[in-house]
Amino acid sequence: MSKHINLTLKVWRQKNQKEKGHFETIAAPQISTEMSFLEMLDVVNEKMTTEGKEPIAFDHDCREGICGMCGAVVNGRPHGALKGTTLCQLHMRHFNDGDTIAIEPFRAMAFKVIKDLAVDRSAFDQIIQAGGFISVNAGGAQDANNLPVPQERAELAMDAAQCIGCGACVAACPNASAMLFVSAKVSQFALLPQGRPEAARRALAMVRAMDRLGFGNCGNETECEAECPKGISISNIARLNREFFKASFGSSIK
Amino acid sequence: MNWLAATFASSIGKKLLMAITGFFFCFFLAVHLAGNLTLYGGSDSFNSYAAHLHSLGKLLVVAEWGMVLFALIHIITGLTLFYQNFQARPQRYQINKSAGGRTLGSATMPYTGVLVLAFVIFHLLNFHFVDKSQTTIYDIVSAAFASPLYVILYVIAMVVVAVHVSHGFWSAFQTVGANHPKYMPTIRTLSILFALLVGLGFGLLPIFISISA
Ligand code: HEM
Ligand code: SF4
Ligand code: FES
Repeated sequence: MSKHINLTLKVWRQKNQKEKGHFETIAAPQISTEMSFLEMLDVVNEKMTTEGKEPIAFDHDCREGICGMCGAVVNGRPHGALKGTTLCQLHMRHFNDGDTIAIEPFRAMAFKVIKDLAVDRSAFDQIIQAGGFISVNAGGAQDANNLPVPQERAELAMDAAQCIGCGACVAACPNASAMLFVSAKVSQFALLPQGRPEAARRALAMVRAMDRLGFGNCGNETECEAECPKGISISNIARLNREFFKASFGSSIK
Repeated sequence: MNWLAATFASSIGKKLLMAITGFFFCFFLAVHLAGNLTLYGGSDSFNSYAAHLHSLGKLLVVAEWGMVLFALIHIITGLTLFYQNFQARPQRYQINKSAGGRTLGSATMPYTGVLVLAFVIFHLLNFHFVDKSQTTIYDIVSAAFASPLYVILYVIAMVVVAVHVSHGFWSAFQTVGANHPKYMPTIRTLSILFALLVGLGFGLLPIFISISA
């Protein structure tokens, strides 16, 4: 049953990367509990626009939890307090009438605020460019049974491949480390035979890119795992470490 | 940069240094505790343990300098990580909330670490860099713990060490890549048990000595 609630938003407003930014208190009356969090922001923005005010800038695209574009820190929790969902999948039925909701952008040295809640996460793209791919020469597809993959490994690779690159792990990490993201991207290839030929080069290149871009160091705080909307496990981080050690000490790649 | 230097300068390389030296300190704590348990046997048993230890001669000196080196690596790397991690988020959150991943230990590593360092210096000044020609080590220890202030300081320090290793122990396994679905839950439990062992094992000693004296 649809219900309407009245909310008070405390939204981070920041004109551009250089400006300092501040919280602005915005009333959000008569919000249907069937709306998603982003639809709630749409409604607020529509009203602000008609009133001649600057609408709240926020990132979004698919609105079904698969693209990794949305995300903000809601009451101190990336993508909000609900487990296993992105911000676009968070619904207003999880809030109560009269609630005050604080909304901040993902914060990290490597993620610069573009405007309000919109954050530049192209640092992730640079990490992917460094090694998040496999090189396959074109030609006739070979017989699938030439590359047997145990079921368990295929499942682990698929679990790692669930990562949508949203950046909530960085936002949640007390050290703003990107290890959960990088570990998922390294693991999805490292676990499969197609990923092995470039495994050493990939692990080194992606870790170096991550370090260069100014992400913090993993402290095994495990906040990332707890906040990840796709349930990426920190066992991937241990795998990344193993891949990095193998590549550093065991391969000929410098 | 040389490949080896580049490896240890990387984020994961620095973590490896923390884990190796941290593991070593955990081993040291276990051995040190085993030795100190002779204090429960009284003056003779503790003094004879100390005499046995010092009869190692050159070996002990090598071990001591090895520890100094490992301590320097652990401290300098730990402080570097702390500084870099602070830099990695120039603009802090207005509202901080944990999703339940952090523990008391994990959230306080740099602070408990620095406190441990301060304690170790104090501890060495108390019992290592002292003139032992006129007296025995047992007398020095029991004289120190005749003071309630020393007892309290030592007990607090041992709580701090326990908090540090409660995260450090399992974290070092994760860092070296030893995360396995069958063993990880046990390792996390062992981490708490080891912290309790260290905290209670060392922490009860000053109390025992001050009472029994
Ligand atoms: C009895 C003494 C000590 C023991 C047994 C010990 C043990 C450990 C262990 C096992 C770790 C985990 C390494 C990892 O996560 O891979 C660790 C981390 C750490 N230690 Fe120590 N440590 C001791 C003293 C110190 C001192 C004196 C300092 C600093 C002044 C220090 C600072 C740190 C810091 C900052 C970390 C966290 C590094 C990170 O994960 O980012 N520790 N310690
Ligand atoms: S690991 Fe999880 S939190 Fe991090 S980018 Fe991928 S999906 Fe988002
Ligand atoms: S908008 Fe695509 S995941 Fe939320």
